[in-house]
Amino acid sequence: MADAFPFSAIVGQDEMKTALLIAAVEPAVGGVLAFGDRGAGKSTAVRALAALLPDLDVVPGCPYGCDPAEECTPDCPRKKSKKAAQRPAPVVDLPLGVTEDRVVGALDLERALTSGEKVFEPGLLARAHRGFLYIDEVNLLEDHIVDLLLDVAASGENVVEREGLSVRHPARFVLVGSGNPEEGELRPQLLDRFGLSVEVSTPVDIKDRVAVIERREAYERDRMTFAERWQRDEDRLREKIVRARSAVADVKVPRRMLEVAARLCVALGADGLRGELTLVRAARGLAALGGQKSITIKHLRKVAPMAMRHRLRRDPLDESGSGVRVERAVAEVFGA
Amino acid sequence: MTAWDDAVAAARIMAAAPLRIGGVLVRARPGPVLDAWLTIAGNGVRLRRIPAGVGEDRLLGGLDLGATLAAGRPVAQAGILAEADEGVLVLPMAERASRAVAAYISAALDTGEVIAQRDGVSLRAPAWFGLIAIDESTDEEEGVASALAERLAMHIDLSEISVADMSVNAAEVQGALASIERGQIEVLVGTAMALGIGSLRAPMLAGRVAQVAAGLAGRRLVVADDLSLAARLVLAPRALTMPSAEEEQAPAPQEQESLPNEGEGKSPEPGDLDEIVLEAALAALPEELFQGSSQRGAAGEGRAGASEISYRRGRPLTSRKGDPRQGRLDILATLRAAAPWQRLRGRKADAPIAIRRDDFMVKRFRHNTESAMIFVVDASGSAAAQRLGEVKGAIELLLGEAYVRRDTIALVVMRGEGAELALPPTKALAAAKRRLAGLPGGGGTPMASGIDLGMASALDAKRRGFAPTLILLTDGKANIARDGEPGRARAMEDALQSARLVRAGGVDTILIDTSPRPSAAAETLAREMGARYAPLPFADARRVSDAVKGAA
Repeated sequence: MADAFPFSAIVGQDEMKTALLIAAVEPAVGGVLAFGDRGAGKSTAVRALAALLPDLDVVPGCPYGCDPAEECTPDCPRKKSKKAAQRPAPVVDLPLGVTEDRVVGALDLERALTSGEKVFEPGLLARAHRGFLYIDEVNLLEDHIVDLLLDVAASGENVVEREGLSVRHPARFVLVGSGNPEEGELRPQLLDRFGLSVEVSTPVDIKDRVAVIERREAYERDRMTFAERWQRDEDRLREKIVRARSAVADVKVPRRMLEVAARLCVALGADGLRGELTLVRAARGLAALGGQKSITIKHLRKVAPMAMRHRLRRDPLDESGSGVRVERAVAEVFGA
Repeated sequence: MTAWDDAVAAARIMAAAPLRIGGVLVRARPGPVLDAWLTIAGNGVRLRRIPAGVGEDRLLGGLDLGATLAAGRPVAQAGILAEADEGVLVLPMAERASRAVAAYISAALDTGEVIAQRDGVSLRAPAWFGLIAIDESTDEEEGVASALAERLAMHIDLSEISVADMSVNAAEVQGALASIERGQIEVLVGTAMALGIGSLRAPMLAGRVAQVAAGLAGRRLVVADDLSLAARLVLAPRALTMPSAEEEQAPAPQEQESLPNEGEGKSPEPGDLDEIVLEAALAALPEELFQGSSQRGAAGEGRAGASEISYRRGRPLTSRKGDPRQGRLDILATLRAAAPWQRLRGRKADAPIAIRRDDFMVKRFRHNTESAMIFVVDASGSAAAQRLGEVKGAIELLLGEAYVRRDTIALVVMRGEGAELALPPTKALAAAKRRLAGLPGGGGTPMASGIDLGMASALDAKRRGFAPTLILLTDGKANIARDGEPGRARAMEDALQSARLVRAGGVDTILIDTSPRPSAAAETLAREMGARYAPLPFADARRVSDAVKGAA
């Protein structure tokens, strides 16, 4: 699709937008899962994010789009040329019905058929390197492909051993999954592999609902004009991301904040360090987005629900929703 | 407005702007009514049928093997979705379409293109089409996958229309899209909310339908009639709740045509227009919709999709080298394995591809049948007095187990004069718990009906590819016969007869005796059923759960 719906034009859905922006600024948070109602703009938001991401410096001709400043595969053309090229940050859509060979990469059929050469043809994981990999309807994807994606997302490296090929290449990307709980719940083991998890629901306010429809219709009628109308907001947001990216590494995490994060995890009974790490990283991303130099209670409090709600020991029969439990714990730890 | 008139209106709107409104969900059996309707809907557009049971490769496109071998390089072949670009697709037997097929079509409807990454080819093609999905299901249990239904603007039902109802219609007026005002969008949004429709797609599509309808009538502005029509075609079929009690007996205003065109007024009274549109929607609602519980929301979750597993016999794994006599040959993988070596094997340009034994690849599947637990719960007066609470607790524990194993569960309740399916098979365990919590006890024990219904559900689950387990929680004291008449002796006789049918059906069954101390009646019943018998230990839900787990 040529012109995606502008990110800034999405009505409401603050939590989802914040989570995506945090992931764009601090990819180390480890992916975003957006679960919720149909037609609430989950895929729209992810596709819109693509237009906001700043271009990347890449090694010209490298099939993996490597950063000129880092080591990639042994046969990377980086050694031949010192120049860098630019290309848009990839947001790769994982289509439904994708087969494993296209995800991890496989033998290049064309080369094999015409010249009898055995050459590796990179797959979608290679394309997503340094960008986003988006799976719509993540609960409809074949289990073995989901496992594979999570494995690579966690290790940052894709190892291919098939058809007599033996290849390894970097594949670091932010995994974004979306889905609808009606289609079936996600396997619990899978849930906490995502860094952030947001619940998306359709706006209930009538004004918001009308605004959503009006904007959507205006966009469908004339995409160019609509895009122009939102250009300024989009530019501003892109600026903000660029600034936050360069600042995020310098955002300070006071020791006291680490303690608060740890206390919160204990209060929620979330085991493992992943929860604390995600909390702190997300808070850092949020602080960077806001231009602040160090993280505060305010940041932790805002990211706590999205960082924690899917890590609770889930009681499948508890309907009150994990969001409520997180809020309760937050109120306890931070003192309402 | 007869049902046929509305159906014709929907067909015309579809014919006029298929790409804008996404499509129509038609509930109909094949026959002259459907044919006539399709002729109107297909007026001036290309209709293309999707063959039943279509494969992913045909739908999305993939490697064209013949052309690939002839050309000596990979040749991609467009799928049906891409071929239908700018046209209209017809999906017959939509209720049988697998969840995956529904998801592919939904994705194409959303993005207007189809992206395929499979079999070594990468394909991206425009695919902007309208879809007519024909739901031929006979019972409420089936239904079209909700992801797909959601995206089709209009939902109509032709199944009640007979040939005699059809009338010839006047020539149509073609027109451009009419414009719609904010106030009118608000009306549609408000109406949708009043009917309990959460998704924003519904009012948005209703707005588009109203615009096309107004255009067809030669109007430049949308008027109240158009909104009413849109409410009937788009909103009413999606309704989940009744707006408020007093409108329960909707006055069914059939004469909207006679109303003045409020929509054209400078500032239409939103209140009035709201009501007109809401009433139009209500008039189109089937009467029985709100009589039962809110099961409608649960229907249409693409039940057919669940059986996917049995069709495909498990999850396909990557193919391995092997002897094709011991499995299914994966032709594509075999050719891919052979392809790189063709030069070395001295293949001439026109010669057939040279395949050696080493190239053979066989398909592998992981067989992993999902299980379905069907609970048949005795909620009769005698059981309620004793330990309905404990039984509920035990089931809740089992539900927790089911969640971990991703089981599907169903709940049959025996109470009063008959048994009812309180919860159709679902994985939504929170809903199961809610249904269970609100379960009142009382009345007799219609044991035979309960066993029959539980067994029917079990067999149904089996047909859909699940491995069913029937779990009967009762004290064994039947006192209502199959026909609903009280009487202990006949009730027991009927119950034993049903029990023998269960044994004959070969369904895995467990009977949990809920009486205060192990009862002979329950034990007999278990024996006749071929069920494993487990008395409910006193006040210990956890041990019931263990009993089932141990037995299962």
